[in-house]
Amino acid sequence: MSFAPGDTVRVSSRAHDGHHRAPGYLKGKTGTVERVHGLFLNPETRAYGEDGEPARRLYLVGFEMRDLWPAYRGGGDDRLAADVFEHWLEPAR
Amino acid sequence: MSHDHRDHDHLHEPVTTSEEPAVAARVRALEELLLEKGVVERDELRQRIDWLVSRSPADGARLVARAWIDEDFKERLFEDARQAALELGVDPGPSPVVVALENTDDVHHMVVCTLCSCYPRALLGPPPDWYKSLPYRSRAVSDPRGVLREFGLALEEDVELRVVDSTADIRYLVVPRRPAGTDDLDEDALAALVTRDSMIGVSQPLAAA
Repeated sequence: MSFAPGDTVRVSSRAHDGHHRAPGYLKGKTGTVERVHGLFLNPETRAYGEDGEPARRLYLVGFEMRDLWPAYRGGGDDRLAADVFEHWLEPAR
Repeated sequence: MSHDHRDHDHLHEPVTTSEEPAVAARVRALEELLLEKGVVERDELRQRIDWLVSRSPADGARLVARAWIDEDFKERLFEDARQAALELGVDPGPSPVVVALENTDDVHHMVVCTLCSCYPRALLGPPPDWYKSLPYRSRAVSDPRGVLREFGLALEEDVELRVVDSTADIRYLVVPRRPAGTDDLDEDALAALVTRDSMIGVSQPLAAA
């Protein structure tokens, strides 16, 4: 499923054995798609000598700091953005 | 890596010493394995290392200084930083996509790679050690304002801080705010104010002399 800027998405909280690039602190967190970077080879297979095909869509997803860290010390508008592959994102409301 | 002496009969001192950091020994072991297995050629590796160490923050600073004086270039830089670099004769390298992030009076960006040490090496050279350290990588996302204070940057409360975690193929370059009182400076003088740290977003550029 593809996403567009402005879409609300959740980072999948599923476990994954082996190399992957969805950081643990974002798993299960809800954010907003800010940018569609395009297609990139899948690091999860590339890391083990494969060619990374099929390429996966990569997004810049923004989160509110307060949603990530309940005790966040800093401005209420502070945000964090990270690049997350499409197969780690789920639609959210 | 264990050393096999079957094919030569002399003894020699290991290049490694007990003072060598464990990580350096590990890197050399990996390097030997990659060569042995034919994954990379030694010359290819040397060329790549030479290319990496030939890059420096001065390359990124040229892009920033040009963006400060040329609105059209600035637009192109935010549209496609790779193309903009080529336009100035700066080699953006084999790296994937480079995205420039604009610091303004209202928004301040800082960049981290929590998973490893992704960094726009083609534009800034090798990353500083602290960028690769666990404390920076963990605290930059959870207490970024605290980290900025330790770098000497007390960000105003009403400025929105945006931490960008470079987790995949994109490399991020922060374009800092042009310092006040620099209207009379030419492009080279402006570039001299643009520090490496200001392009990572942990400090502001130098003030005009």
